[in-house]
Amino acid sequence: MYTNDFEYYRADSVDDALTLLSDHAGAELVAGAHGLLPRMKTGDESPPALVDIGQLRGLDMIEEDDDGTDLSIGALATHAEIADSETVRQRASVLADAAAELGDPQVRNGGTIGGNLAHGDARSDPPAALLALDGSLEVRGLDDKRTIDATDLFEGPFETAVADDEIVTGIRIPTIDDAVSGYRKRRDPLSGYALVGVGVWLRTDGETIEEARVAVTGATTTPARLPAVEDELEGEAITEDTITAASAKAGITVDDGAFVSDVQASAEYREHLLTIDTERALYDVIDISQ
Amino acid sequence: MSDADTNEATESATEPDGDGSGGTFGSAIKRGEDVPLLTGDGEYTDDISLRGMTHLAICRSDHAHARIESIDTSDAAAMDGVIAVYTGEDVVESGVPNTIPTAWDLPGLVQPQYRMLATDKVRYEGTGIAAVIAETPHAAHDALERITVEYEPLEHVTDPVEAVERDVPPVHDEAADNVAFDFELGEVDATDEAFADADRVASVDLRQPRIIPNAMEPRAALADWENATGKLRLWMTSQNPHLHRMLLSAGTLGLPENKIQVIAPEVGGGFGSKIYHYPDEAVTAWCSMQLGRPVKWQATRSESYLTDCHGRDHVTTGEIALDDDGTIRGVRVETHAGLGAQLSQFGTATPSYLYTTVLSGQYTIPAIHCRVIGAFTNTTPVDAYRGAGRAEGIYVIERLVDVGARELGIDPAELRRRNLVPPDEFPYESAAALVYDSGEYERAMDLALDHIDYDELRERQRELRDEDRYIGIGIGNFVESAGLSPSGLAGDLGAQAGGWESSIVRFDSTGSVTVLAGTADQGQGHRTTYAQIAAEELGLSVDDVDVVEGDTDRIPQGMGTYGSRSASVGGGSIARGAREVREKARRIAAHQLETSVDDLEFEDGEFRVTGAPDRSLHIQTIAHEAYLGHDLPEGMDPGLEETNFYDPENFTYPFGTHVAVVEVDPETGEIEIERYIAVDDCGEIINPMIVEGQVHGGIAQGIGAALYEGAVYDDNGHLQTRRMDEYAVPHSTQLPEFKTDNTVTPSPHNPIGVKGVGESATIAATPTMVSAVVDALEPFGVDHLDMPLTPESVWRATEGDQ
Ligand SMILES: Cc1cc2nc3c(=O)[nH]c(=O)nc-3n(C[C@H](O)[C@H](O)[C@H](O)COP(=O)(O)OP(=O)(O)OC[C@H]3O[C@@H](n4cnc5c(N)ncnc54)[C@H](O)[C@@H]3O)c2cc1C
Repeated sequence: MYTNDFEYYRADSVDDALTLLSDHAGAELVAGAHGLLPRMKTGDESPPALVDIGQLRGLDMIEEDDDGTDLSIGALATHAEIADSETVRQRASVLADAAAELGDPQVRNGGTIGGNLAHGDARSDPPAALLALDGSLEVRGLDDKRTIDATDLFEGPFETAVADDEIVTGIRIPTIDDAVSGYRKRRDPLSGYALVGVGVWLRTDGETIEEARVAVTGATTTPARLPAVEDELEGEAITEDTITAASAKAGITVDDGAFVSDVQASAEYREHLLTIDTERALYDVIDISQ
Repeated sequence: MSDADTNEATESATEPDGDGSGGTFGSAIKRGEDVPLLTGDGEYTDDISLRGMTHLAICRSDHAHARIESIDTSDAAAMDGVIAVYTGEDVVESGVPNTIPTAWDLPGLVQPQYRMLATDKVRYEGTGIAAVIAETPHAAHDALERITVEYEPLEHVTDPVEAVERDVPPVHDEAADNVAFDFELGEVDATDEAFADADRVASVDLRQPRIIPNAMEPRAALADWENATGKLRLWMTSQNPHLHRMLLSAGTLGLPENKIQVIAPEVGGGFGSKIYHYPDEAVTAWCSMQLGRPVKWQATRSESYLTDCHGRDHVTTGEIALDDDGTIRGVRVETHAGLGAQLSQFGTATPSYLYTTVLSGQYTIPAIHCRVIGAFTNTTPVDAYRGAGRAEGIYVIERLVDVGARELGIDPAELRRRNLVPPDEFPYESAAALVYDSGEYERAMDLALDHIDYDELRERQRELRDEDRYIGIGIGNFVESAGLSPSGLAGDLGAQAGGWESSIVRFDSTGSVTVLAGTADQGQGHRTTYAQIAAEELGLSVDDVDVVEGDTDRIPQGMGTYGSRSASVGGGSIARGAREVREKARRIAAHQLETSVDDLEFEDGEFRVTGAPDRSLHIQTIAHEAYLGHDLPEGMDPGLEETNFYDPENFTYPFGTHVAVVEVDPETGEIEIERYIAVDDCGEIINPMIVEGQVHGGIAQGIGAALYEGAVYDDNGHLQTRRMDEYAVPHSTQLPEFKTDNTVTPSPHNPIGVKGVGESATIAATPTMVSAVVDALEPFGVDHLDMPLTPESVWRATEGDQ
């Protein structure tokens, strides 16, 4: 389909972009254009103006803090850069997995992590990773800066806590040494997005699960943590029984009606898959023979 | 190179009879057309711009069924850049014939009016009601939103069974019960008797979902009306430009045929969808005639989903009668076929003759009876889609053989084997009114089964089941009637067009060859395969031959490309024309070498006097002589070209066996395709690489239908699967490696022994996949599952919820 007419501006700094946003009512940022443009072509969105930040420099870094506790990733880092980063793989493998499983090479080379998270597409992969890692977004407005926790980010389909006049500059992820994490994706045969995606993050002492974070994307109308699963895991010994019992809780904390239903898969089936994939995602990160 | 090992066991009586110089025919020559196509140099309709060109966008109904109360176009017409807005009334007032005709009559057929733009009612979502012409495509599309149409909504129906059984307002008043035709084939009494006498009967209720063709290039048209000469030039996405010329002349516009030039430039896929005369190109042309300016219409992808003719849409009950020893005694089938809201040209032929006549499959079945009720529904018109009719028929018989095997407890490969038409029975007249030309069914089936070590794999399947792992082996035996010929037979059955093909083989005066063919390539590689055929017959290299298609002013006549007919009928015509050319050249050679034609040998393009090989003349030299005309045999006309019309004496019958091995995860319903083997017999192979390509694409589409595809209408009669992220076309990553192999059983009546391969793999792959998945699900008591076999439907089946 044809997009509606729109104006196009290229920003040469974050401040410039923020000014352009405030000068043009209804303007939208565009970074990799792999989220927004498809929706403009289908008529789902018709912003009157685009502010392109895709060429801005210095927003694509991936670095660890000096004391090694936090990982910072610039908003313009592409999915491919994240998937290929040794640092991300070692400190936050669930995010590396999610980026590697995302779309196809063209999409991974063009799409950005900031754009993905700001877009709020509930079928996206990175949200489950950010939730499992308990990460946050660094956001700037014309006059201020703030941090949005992953758990506060996703408000509904294509709705996030990032305001229209704000720019995500990066994401921040706390990291510790004795954690394991991973992402398991079941692709929608049609779009390749997540029909069900489960991100898990566990801190263990080798025998007991001390802390657990489990998050879902794709299956539900907004990406979300699964606290019932986490509660069932925390403090328990790493055994098959623990995993079975915890996975069985996967659907419990999801509100009725929050499971997506479409031509490909009903809500009931998605709920069924969520249980299975939670179990499989846990097995992926835990070596049960220990 | 192809990995196909060719098992050539049968000697061909009808091999190409050129000299085989350099092994042109039969070699995997790379496609000459690919470099321009892959580098973006190919010129498609939308790439063409004319001076003063305007752009058309078509306003389409968003109702499935409604009476049009009023159309207000004034706001749209007043917009910047908008040149004109027309409605169906304007077309009516212009006095053009304004009729999209059917091309296949059936006894008792109801043929309602089908106009270029609707005036009274809209009958499916997407019905064209108004046309906007603007200076840019954007302006035209923007103006669509400013057209106000008031409707009185009517109750709609999208399902073919409901359409005839439920009390709903008819789609057309002419067919109060929504029945367009009630068709029968076969002997009802003989079939009833066979069922009464047989030891067992097995049956299956099945649906074959509606398929959206998804050609890479959406349909397009560019019309240029020349007032001074009264001539219309129309570039369009056409599989058959001559048929379009004829239908535009006789059906929609009423211009004399000699005042219409239809040009099909590069065309990006069709799969049937570009055979038909749609309202859209007629509207494009008509608008150009009103304005005296060129008009371009380029469908959007969404428009294609909504308006390209869909395929399949069958609801069927099938029964098979068997004896305990596995002998098939009879087959009985009743089908409701959805035709959509209007009769597209072959919308009637596809679910009647093309479908019912293959219900014998590869088997000797003494009694067959089939009834088909063609139903109007408030949906996009349904017509031929790759495999048209034959795919639906083979699906039914293959499902029946599978359920029959279960019923008898006989291995499905074994049951098939016991009933195959044996090689010495050919030509074989089936109980479904076809005469199969040649076949070696068991050889192809054995070859396919050998590839997977069938017996061992069955053993392994049993072992794995004990470990709660479920693999399934699917077998698809197919035979298809290809070529859509001969004309006389087609005419007897109701066709309003011939089944022949036409070509011109022309030596140019300096020795190059031009082949003009009435077929129309949409990616199949005709420019390469046709050059191979002509080069072989004339003893030249393919580089000496230029193939021209897709322009009615350059190629006088043709029928087009569909029904797997180009190689067999089009190629057959070229071979025959080339032989005539060669024989004329031989007479000139004999004359100039002062010998008799019988004393000339032809090799590598050279006519040599037998026993005096230094006395020779090359065919290209003779071409020059033919145009000089200085020294020709007494009474011979100058020039060296032949126009050939080839009307085959029968269809050709490609066949083969496909085998799939899948593993099903009962926990999730997910299907993993582990092996896919395709053994195809398309007769003589002109170019093994191109054949393999056709098989690959065909399997992909067949697997697509089995596992992923299927158009869905929602409760409002709106197409729910209208975009690429709503309608699941298989991705390359979802497809397994294909192992292709061939046997070669030439068609005895085709001039070059070919049978055609365009549709084979699509026909075979669908039943093969369903057979494999249902086989895997045997321990769960599943005898049949309807397509598409989504993981959810498989999971539900394993949960006992079919
Ligand atoms: C064919 C295809 C397949 C895909 N498959 C997948 C998949 O499997 N999994 C998956 O997760 N995703 C998939 N995607 C989406 C992909 O991840 C996108 O890249 C991502 O959703 C958007 O990132 P972007 O940089 O392209 O953002 P854009 O499209 O440029 O922008 C998206 C939205 O975010 C806003 N935005 C962008 N950058 C910022 C910023 N720095 N601050 C504030 N707002 C911003 C924009 O205003 C816009 O509203 C696919 C996309 C395509 C086209």
